[in-house]
Amino acid sequence: MTFFEKMMQIDRRWVYLAIGLAVIIPAIIPFNVPVSVSPEVEKIYDFVDSTDTGDYIFISVDYDPASMAELHPMATAIINQAFEKGIKIVFVTLSQFGAGMVEQLTNELATKHNKVVGEDYVFLGYRPYPAITIMAMAVDFRVPFPSDYYGTPLDSLPMMNGIKNFFDVKGVIDITSGNTAEFWLTYGNGRFGFPLAIGITGVMSADYYQYLQSGQLFGIIPGVKGAAEYETLVHYPGAGLDQISYQVIAHAVILLFIIISNVAYFATRRKKSKIGGSI
Amino acid sequence: MSTYELIGNGIAAFLTLCIFSFLYKDNPFYKFAERLVAGVATGYFTMLLFWTNFQDKVWEPIFVNGQYHYIFPAVLGIMMWTRFSKKYSWVSRYSLAFYIGIGSGVSITVYLYTYLFKQLQATISMPLTADIAGFNTLLVVVAVLSALVYFFFSKPHTGLFGYVSKVGIYILMVGFGAGFGLTVMGRIALLVHRVIFLRDYLIALF
Repeated sequence: MTFFEKMMQIDRRWVYLAIGLAVIIPAIIPFNVPVSVSPEVEKIYDFVDSTDTGDYIFISVDYDPASMAELHPMATAIINQAFEKGIKIVFVTLSQFGAGMVEQLTNELATKHNKVVGEDYVFLGYRPYPAITIMAMAVDFRVPFPSDYYGTPLDSLPMMNGIKNFFDVKGVIDITSGNTAEFWLTYGNGRFGFPLAIGITGVMSADYYQYLQSGQLFGIIPGVKGAAEYETLVHYPGAGLDQISYQVIAHAVILLFIIISNVAYFATRRKKSKIGGSI
Repeated sequence: MSTYELIGNGIAAFLTLCIFSFLYKDNPFYKFAERLVAGVATGYFTMLLFWTNFQDKVWEPIFVNGQYHYIFPAVLGIMMWTRFSKKYSWVSRYSLAFYIGIGSGVSITVYLYTYLFKQLQATISMPLTADIAGFNTLLVVVAVLSALVYFFFSKPHTGLFGYVSKVGIYILMVGFGAGFGLTVMGRIALLVHRVIFLRDYLIALF
């Protein structure tokens, strides 16, 4: 049996082991990788940067712990930037496990920036059926959420004075791992036309770039690479930038496997066809 | 790291290793962790729905605030449960009809606008100039048309039509390749997240 034939029959567990080892190397010997910023990420940074102190932005945290690795770093970077600028944030979640994500983000970052719930940010909570919730919030945040997540009526929160719906915020950023991006795109931007940007997982990214080109989205943060770019822009190195060195090594190993398997495939196919020809 | 965090993170580290053990082969540790996740998630989601829906939208409005018009959607919701009865499952069709009717009415126009008209407009209104943007426009138009030709099955894919169809499949492959690359990035991110967690836990432990 030749080397290539052995490669074609390799146990997949060796591949897992190789990837595992590749990922462990940067954990033991950390190193930095330069990150170039793409325009679609920079547009979201510029949007937050150009929002005045005291103005509102709306952030929908639509992911669960399974997607934290990719989406938490970008959410952290955006909230850091907004809090540092004194921008008020309205949070909501349309993911059933998103409430814990919002609480984790706000508990950590509000303490860091001395922000107070109800004055500097508000967490509306969770409601099922994203389309209905989005359309109801476009009428008035108080329709689906008469009280915030902690049970305080919205009208008694100082931050909510004079703010009624999406038209009173500068824009909406949806950080999502599921199909809620579609709901925001359809029932948010499509129906009401407010500025919308999304932060999404790598798996979803290729499906949403056409909405950037058509102007339906003003920015996209794609996966952990996008998060690293955003962290570079806001000068808050965090989990996104940390992960890039791991990604480089892991991608190099995967590319190597793809090259070896393709060479092996064509080499063994040629041999098979030769045998077939001689018969 | 406090003792409480050390114990909590220790359980998380153990469960992480249980899940990873599936990469070698299926085993009782993996099964335990998998079922634990499913059980905890179901319990959490059930109680969340109870407090954010039943309590807010049924119990309090009807029984506390006396807003009796909330009875109508509540009855429609209860009617859905008749699906479990062979004899009375027809009753649930009224709720479904109501739901689908409203859903279609709200969605059809806005879906056409978002996914068809806006996308068509963006494709045909791009500037065809003699620079890199113009080249990009040309690329988009050629890619869209050739990909559409690939999915046109009313004519045999031979001759010029066959060549355009072949360009279409290459365009689709480029799209799938981009999707695959981004998927790999996402999956590696999940692995890296757990590796960093395990590393930090080990550092804290020793």
